Amino acid sequence: MSTEIKDLVVPSLQAHTGQGLGTGNPADAFVVEPARARTKKTPRRTRTNFEMLAWLFMRLSGVVLVVLVLGHLLINLMLDGGVSKISFAFVAGRWASPFWQMWDLLMLWLAMLHGSNGMRTVINDYAEKDATRMWLKGLLAVATIFTVVLGTLVIFTFDPNI
Amino acid sequence: MPAGTLYRGREGMWSWVAHRVTGVLIFFFLFAHVLDTALVRVSPEAYDSVIATYKFWLVNLMEYGLVAAILFHALNGLRVVAVDFWAKGPKYQKQMLWTVVGIWVVLMGGAFYPVLQHTLRTWFGG
Repeated sequence: MSTEIKDLVVPSLQAHTGQGLGTGNPADAFVVEPARARTKKTPRRTRTNFEMLAWLFMRLSGVVLVVLVLGHLLINLMLDGGVSKISFAFVAGRWASPFWQMWDLLMLWLAMLHGSNGMRTVINDYAEKDATRMWLKGLLAVATIFTVVLGTLVIFTFDPNI
Repeated sequence: MPAGTLYRGREGMWSWVAHRVTGVLIFFFLFAHVLDTALVRVSPEAYDSVIATYKFWLVNLMEYGLVAAILFHALNGLRVVAVDFWAKGPKYQKQMLWTVVGIWVVLMGGAFYPVLQHTLRTWFGG
């Protein structure tokens, strides 16, 4: 069997289709499929750097949350009697200040998105069935949106004279 | 158990496990905490009654556990940032973990009375 030399030079993309090298050599049928061969479900390319941005967000929000959350714990759970002082009147006093409203709003959003993305990672790691993973992440998304919207409405519509 | 089939990681693996476990615990608390705080939109009585739960001694003890989880997650998170962004981070990751553990022990000692003072004063007066 004669094979022209140029047929042996195949682009790497073609070599990863798992369809053989296309040289006409019957031995091509025995070419082992590469470990990460493309399938019909493999996207051609990703449009965004979503996973890199999520990775970066975890680090940036984490550093900000160290300040926001530890400050929150210090004021609400430790100083001035600890949990003893917490009451509706205490909350009303704190949210009379736009500074603490913004503190709590930023903390709510960053903590929920940071925690939600962490849970997404955990679900991706342990839920092996496609359907299970989809349902768990759907539930997570609904719970996250509900909590963020509820918390935001509570901060902005708080009425001390209710 | 046959030898060599169980992966026994060292500092890196166990800090990863602890970071994951504390993260999940904190997330579930955060979800509950936003819901209980939302009761300020129902009535002062509804809010104060749920806050009474936070003042029960067992829940107060769990708050100390929450502080423990958050402090570890925060300090180890800063270590992760250092490993990722500091050129010598990966080289010193073990030393940084033991530094995290040391600071955590000191802060937990310092937080003991402030967090648990409600229960301690209820039980022992003062």
